[in-house]
Amino acid sequence: MSLFRIGFLPLVDAALPIIAHEYGLAKQEGLRIELHRDRTWAAVRDRLTYGITDAAHLVAPLAIATSLGLDRPAVPLAAPFMLGLNGNTVTVSTAIADLLGEDDWDDVGAIGHRLAALAHSRAAQGRKLRFGVVHRYSSHNYMLRYWLAACGCHPDHDVEIIVVPPPAVADALAAGDIDGSCVGEPWNSVAVDRGDGVILASTSGIWNRGVEKLLAFRAPLLDERRAEVEALIRALHAAGALAIDRGQQGDVAKLLAREEYIGLPADIIARALSGRLVPRRDAPVRHIRDFLVLHREAANFPWRSQAMWLYSQMVRWGHAPLDAAGFEAAVSVFRPDVYRAALAGTGAILPNASAKVEGAIDRPLGASSVSGRLIMGPDRFFDGMLFDPDRAMDYAAQQLAATARAIPIV
Amino acid sequence: MVDESAARAAVIEEGLREVGLTDVTVLVERTGLVRRLHELSPDVVLMNLENPGRDVLEESFALSRALSRPIAMFVDQSDERSIAEAVDAGISAYVVDGLRKDRIKPVLELAVRRFNAFARLQNELHEARSALADRRAIDKAKAVLMKRRGIDEPAAYALLRKQAMDSGRRLAEVADALVTAETLLGGEG
Repeated sequence: MSLFRIGFLPLVDAALPIIAHEYGLAKQEGLRIELHRDRTWAAVRDRLTYGITDAAHLVAPLAIATSLGLDRPAVPLAAPFMLGLNGNTVTVSTAIADLLGEDDWDDVGAIGHRLAALAHSRAAQGRKLRFGVVHRYSSHNYMLRYWLAACGCHPDHDVEIIVVPPPAVADALAAGDIDGSCVGEPWNSVAVDRGDGVILASTSGIWNRGVEKLLAFRAPLLDERRAEVEALIRALHAAGALAIDRGQQGDVAKLLAREEYIGLPADIIARALSGRLVPRRDAPVRHIRDFLVLHREAANFPWRSQAMWLYSQMVRWGHAPLDAAGFEAAVSVFRPDVYRAALAGTGAILPNASAKVEGAIDRPLGASSVSGRLIMGPDRFFDGMLFDPDRAMDYAAQQLAATARAIPIV
Repeated sequence: MVDESAARAAVIEEGLREVGLTDVTVLVERTGLVRRLHELSPDVVLMNLENPGRDVLEESFALSRALSRPIAMFVDQSDERSIAEAVDAGISAYVVDGLRKDRIKPVLELAVRRFNAFARLQNELHEARSALADRRAIDKAKAVLMKRRGIDEPAAYALLRKQAMDSGRRLAEVADALVTAETLLGGEG
């Protein structure tokens, strides 16, 4: 049986490879999975790029940055399968939450503006708010920045953003090293249960269908082991169907809770799976629609427009140059062609297009597909902006200019 | 050298000093790491791959690109094999931009050798410890059998071994189970 060694971080959205392994779905495809847990994205990436693992659960922008060779020699990666959309929250320390007043979950814009006002007053006192994000090249970093910027807070000048790996976030909030963070579950809920953090907003409120984790391979490996990679995609797709089956959610939470995976109580992990979060210790449960989309609506399909949006944000924050070649390189990491080839004839939903206008859907909408019935859920950005992949350069240029204009004059 | 294991760091530091690299600083503490590194302004940073501070450090290196002496991420691409070996051994290395490859390679190779030697040592220690624990469990189980069944030591041992062979388990496991059962059933353990 051929083997895939897969690296991951202890997060709820590492669910699909774990399920594929533990429920025998990989075995049904003639594959063996060996899972390798790490504590930092840097370690996950290095094991992948230097061949200690064959595939990895990875934050999508890091896969792009690695392929582009930002900060280090380029290692081309290929991502034919997304492991989930969203699933993160912005969490602040209890002290900051109390300063912000009533928790207001329904209006991400309103709470963002209140946070921005607090950030400005703290900056004026020389005590900038400090936020932790899980990696420089993470969707968390770009989502938090997008939200803050749209609410009138310049993420590079009005606040400080530092890197804190997911398993260290709850401790950092407790120690007062950071005032807030953007991290995936269950690490927010850990901080909430300890009484150290309050969940302020779900990233799904910032962008309803935010691109998040993917399964990355070294590009040459994907070509050399193409048939096996396609088998793995089918196993992961089956794992996705199982993960969103309500009847299975309790067992899936227990599985992820095991010491070798996340190593935290199942009831904390179940929150993200069901979208029923506890925003503050002892507060009533809040049901967040589409908090973490693991499989529905062809969520595992690697839309090229998602890669382009991420690249536009890399440009916006000075992480990558504004040029068409950069967009091109970022897009080539996402491999919808491999996804389609792997799932053709299985009855899986296969979208016709490989890119879409992001942020254009208000209510569930039928979309054209090669097979299966594709209903796209709302994918709005909270500020109503649209991202048209055909005009990606314009979008990035406008944001770049607006971001530069927003730098406060001291 | 950044390593949370002071013992391992000492082993590698010693090796580096032996080959004449005397300007070595070992950082074990997690706090203040970025500040200390910027003060030291090292040519090479060796770090255990699994160190939880890596993402934080890489962010600071990325920011340091604006400085006059930026720390690049990793050695030259052409030297992929020696890096792959380092990663395999559990080491990550960061070097200052422009540092000559022929100067880095021996450092990296030495670190890999020492890192592997340390891991081997840990393994041997672990094996020695579990061998000792095994022997203790077997001795205890023999004592239990001798008392309960009124047999001598060779007979007790033979009984244990037969049980292990019949059940396809290790001798120590069978012994362990027996001792546990004896304790639970109110024997003297």
